[in-house]
Amino acid sequence: MPASTTRRATRPRTTASSATGGPSGPRRAAILGGNRIPFARANGKYAKASNQDMLTTALEGLVARFGLAGERIGEVAAGAVLKHSRDFNLTREAVLGSSLAATTPGYDVQQACGTSLETTILVANKIALGQVESGIAGGVDSASDAPIAVSEGLRKALLRANAARTPVDRAKAFAAVRPGHLVPSAPRNVEPRTGLSMGDHMAITAKEWGISREAQDEVTLRSHQRLAAAYENGFFDDLVTPYLGVSRDTNLRPDTSLEKLASLTPVFGKGEGATMTAGNSTPLTDGASAVLLGSDAWAAEHGLTPLAYFVDAETAAVDYVHGGEGLLMAPSYAVPRLLARVGMKLQDFDLVEIHEAFASTVLTTEAAWQDEAFCRDRLGLDAPLGAIDQDRLNVTGSSLATGHPFAATGGRIVATLAKLLHEKGSGSRGLISICAAGGQGVVAVLEAA
Amino acid sequence: MTDTYSDLVNSKVGKQVASRLGLPRPVRLRRYAPDQPLVPGPVLVAGVGDAPLAARAADMLRGDAIDIIPVVAEGQRVGAVVLDLTQARELTDLDAFRTILGPALKRLAPSGRVVVFGGSMATAGTDPMLRATRRALEGVVRSIGKELRAGATANLVTVVEGEEANADAALRFFLSGRSAYVDGQVVTVGAASGGPAVAPDDWHTPLAGKIAVVTGAARGIGASIAEVLARDGATVVGVDIPSAGESLARNANRLGGTALQLDVTAPDAGRRIVDHARTRHGSLDIMIHNAGITRDKLLANMDESRWASVVDVNLGSVIRMNEAILAPDGLADGGHVVCVSSIAGIAGNRGQTNYAASKAGVIGLVTALGGSPDLYARRVTVNAVAPGFIETEMTAKIPLATRELGRRLSSLQQGGLPVDVAETVAWFSQDANAGVTGNVVRVCGQSLLGA
Repeated sequence: MPASTTRRATRPRTTASSATGGPSGPRRAAILGGNRIPFARANGKYAKASNQDMLTTALEGLVARFGLAGERIGEVAAGAVLKHSRDFNLTREAVLGSSLAATTPGYDVQQACGTSLETTILVANKIALGQVESGIAGGVDSASDAPIAVSEGLRKALLRANAARTPVDRAKAFAAVRPGHLVPSAPRNVEPRTGLSMGDHMAITAKEWGISREAQDEVTLRSHQRLAAAYENGFFDDLVTPYLGVSRDTNLRPDTSLEKLASLTPVFGKGEGATMTAGNSTPLTDGASAVLLGSDAWAAEHGLTPLAYFVDAETAAVDYVHGGEGLLMAPSYAVPRLLARVGMKLQDFDLVEIHEAFASTVLTTEAAWQDEAFCRDRLGLDAPLGAIDQDRLNVTGSSLATGHPFAATGGRIVATLAKLLHEKGSGSRGLISICAAGGQGVVAVLEAA
Repeated sequence: MTDTYSDLVNSKVGKQVASRLGLPRPVRLRRYAPDQPLVPGPVLVAGVGDAPLAARAADMLRGDAIDIIPVVAEGQRVGAVVLDLTQARELTDLDAFRTILGPALKRLAPSGRVVVFGGSMATAGTDPMLRATRRALEGVVRSIGKELRAGATANLVTVVEGEEANADAALRFFLSGRSAYVDGQVVTVGAASGGPAVAPDDWHTPLAGKIAVVTGAARGIGASIAEVLARDGATVVGVDIPSAGESLARNANRLGGTALQLDVTAPDAGRRIVDHARTRHGSLDIMIHNAGITRDKLLANMDESRWASVVDVNLGSVIRMNEAILAPDGLADGGHVVCVSSIAGIAGNRGQTNYAASKAGVIGLVTALGGSPDLYARRVTVNAVAPGFIETEMTAKIPLATRELGRRLSSLQQGGLPVDVAETVAWFSQDANAGVTGNVVRVCGQSLLGA
C-alpha cells in the first residue's frame, strides 16, 4: 500500500480531535468498556432466564461498572435473533428494568449473528454525527427459552375465530382445525431458502476449501486454551459480571486436548470426509452483552478512559442461494472493501477477531484471503490479502470456547478487542469479522485510544 | 439472621416469663435514623474542675435543641450522662462517679448513654497519681457498661489537653444510635496536623462529597458498610472478587456507586483501586479494608493452604494494597483508612489460629500506621473496628448452642448487626475525626470474650 493511503487510516483521529460535530466533520466515537454475563450452553444454567432477564442483567453490570445508575444514556440499541413476539420492545423493556434513567430510549435490531456489531455501528455513527453523546450497544439470545409458534393452520383458524362476529362463525373457524395443526413449530437453525442448517452449509464450504479435521481441532483447542488463560490472568475481571451463580462461560473446557477433540463424531456434512463435530462447532448458547460508547467529551465528563475508537465498518452479503458462494463467506467480501476505504492491509492490524461460528469458518476465511484466484475472481483484487499472524488472531479465544448466543457475540468481541487494543497501546489497530445467517457479514475496524 | 430468643423475650408473655426466671432480656437497640433525636431524653452534663469538655458538650447539645440538666430530678428520665473527668488528677476525684453518675444510672432511658471524658494517657507523663487516676477511669467505665441494662452503653473518650474540638465527633457518635452495639470501649482523641478537626456542614451527611472504597462489598458487613457510607453522603466504589460480581453490581447500582471486580490478593490490586477511584471519581478519600475469609481448622489439622489463604487475604493483601493506597498519589491528604479486625484477633478463638493471626496482625498494622509521622503530617487517620458476634451468613453457620452463647455473653445480651459495624467504620471515616488515629474499637456489645 502506498504511504498516502496508509495515513488515511488515522484520519478519524485527526479530524475528530478538532471536531465537536457539525460542519467540521464527524467526531470520534469511543468504546469505553463493556459487560457481558458469562455465556452458558443452552438448556443449562440459564434455561429459565428470558432474553429480557439476561439483557437487563448485562446492562446492570455495565451500569455498575461505569457508575451509570440514574443516568440518561443517548440510546440503547440491542436485539435478539430468537425472539418472542411479546418482546417487540425488548431493549426498551430491559432499559426500564435496569438502573438507567427511565428516560433512556431503546430500540431493537436484528441482523443474526452480526446483531450487536451492527448495533455498535449504529450507536457509533450517531455519536460521530453528534446526534447522541453516549450509547449502549448490545445483544442477547436464549436458545433455551426460545419462542414456539403454533402451526400455520391453527394460527389462521385462531385469527378467523378472533375476527368472527357470530358464535356460529366462530364455531366454523374452530371446526377447520385439524389434529395436525396442533403440532407446534419450534424455531429451527436452518436457512429458510435452502432448508439446510448453518452447519450443513458450512460443511459444504469447508469441503470445497479442503479444510482438514486436524486444522479445525487445532483452532478449537487454541480457542479453549486462550480463553482459559485470559480468565486465569484476570482479563475478564472488568468485562464479565457473573449471573445465576455462573462466573465463567460454561462451554469453556480448559482441559480439552486434540485427542479428546479427535474422538468426537462429525455432526455436520455427510458420510466420508465429514469433519465438523460438536467440538469444532459452536454450541447453542444463552447469553447477553453490552458495550458502552461515548463522545470524548462525554467520556471526560464521566471520568471514563476511552479504550478504542470506532474507525469504520462494512457489511456485505453473498448470494448463497443461486450465486455459488458459501453461506458464511460474506466477511471475506466485506473486509477487502473496508480495507480499501481505510487504506490498510490485512497485516497492518495488531489484532484480528474472526468470529468462530465454526472452526472451519475461520480457516475458510483465512484460506480465501490467501487464494490468488478467489481474491482475483471473486474479490476483484490484484493480489491476495495474505495470511494473518496466528499470534494476532483471536488472542483471548473466541466463540468455539466462549459459546455463541447469536445476537450477543458482536458485543463480546467489540469490548474484548477494545480492551486488548488499549493494553497494546495508543494507535494499535484491530479488525473484527463476523459472519451471519442469510449470507451476511459485518466487519469493523477499531483503533486504540 | 433471626434472633428467635430476642423476639420471644420481647413479646408480652415472654417478657414476664423471662423476668420471673431471671433470664437475659435483650432489648431492641436504638439505632441511628436521620429523623430521630441524638439522644432519647435530656442529658445530664457534669464534670470535675474546669471540665472544658462538659462546657463544650453542653453548647453542642443545646445547638441540637437537647435539654441539658445539672442534676436528675425525682422521677425524671435521662437520655444520657456526659461526665467530664479530664481534670481528674487524684483518686478522690473519682468519687464523682459515685456522687454524680451513680444516682443518674437508675434514671437512664432504654438505650441511654454514658459518655465519660478522661485525660489522655499519652500526655500523663510519669506522675504515678495522675496515671493511676486516668487509668482508673477505664475500669469504672467498663464496669458501668456491665451494670447497665436495656440497651444502655458506657464508653470512655480520652482527650489530649487542648484538643477538645477534636472530640465532638466522638461525643456525637457515642450519644447517637450509631454506636448501638459499641459498649465499654475507650477511644483516644489527639491532635491533628494543620489545625483542629472541622465539623461537617450537616452531621447527618458527614461524608458528603467523599469518595470511598470498600473491599468485600458484595455482601455481609461489607455491603452494609457501603450502604452506610453512601447514606452518609459518600460516593462508594464497591470491590469484591469477580465471582461475587452479581451482588456487587446490584449493591453498586442501588447506592449509585461503581463496582470494581478484583481479587484483593492480586499484586496490582492497590494500584487498580487507586486508579479507579481517581480517574473515575477524581479522588480517593476513604479506604475500607473489609474483605476477609475464614478457613477454620484446629491448628493440629491446619493445612498450608488454609493458613496461607486466610493470612494473605485478611492481612497480607492489606499491607500490599496500602503501598499504593498510602503513597502520595494514592489516598488524598486528610483521608481515612479503616481496617476490619475481629474479636478473634483480641481474644483468640478455637479453630481460628489463622484467622486470629490475621486479625491480630491488623491491629498491629493499624497501631503502626496510626503512629506514622508521615501519615500524621498528611492528616491521614488509620483505625480498626473489631466486630464481636455479628448476625451474618457466617455466624448463622455456627452450631446453635455456640451461637446462642456468643449472642448472650455480652453486656447487651444479643448479637450485633452488620450495620453496627458499618456505623463505626463510617464514624472513623469522618473528617471531624481527624484527631482519632491508631484506635481499635470493638463493636461487640461489650462481649465477655477477650475483655
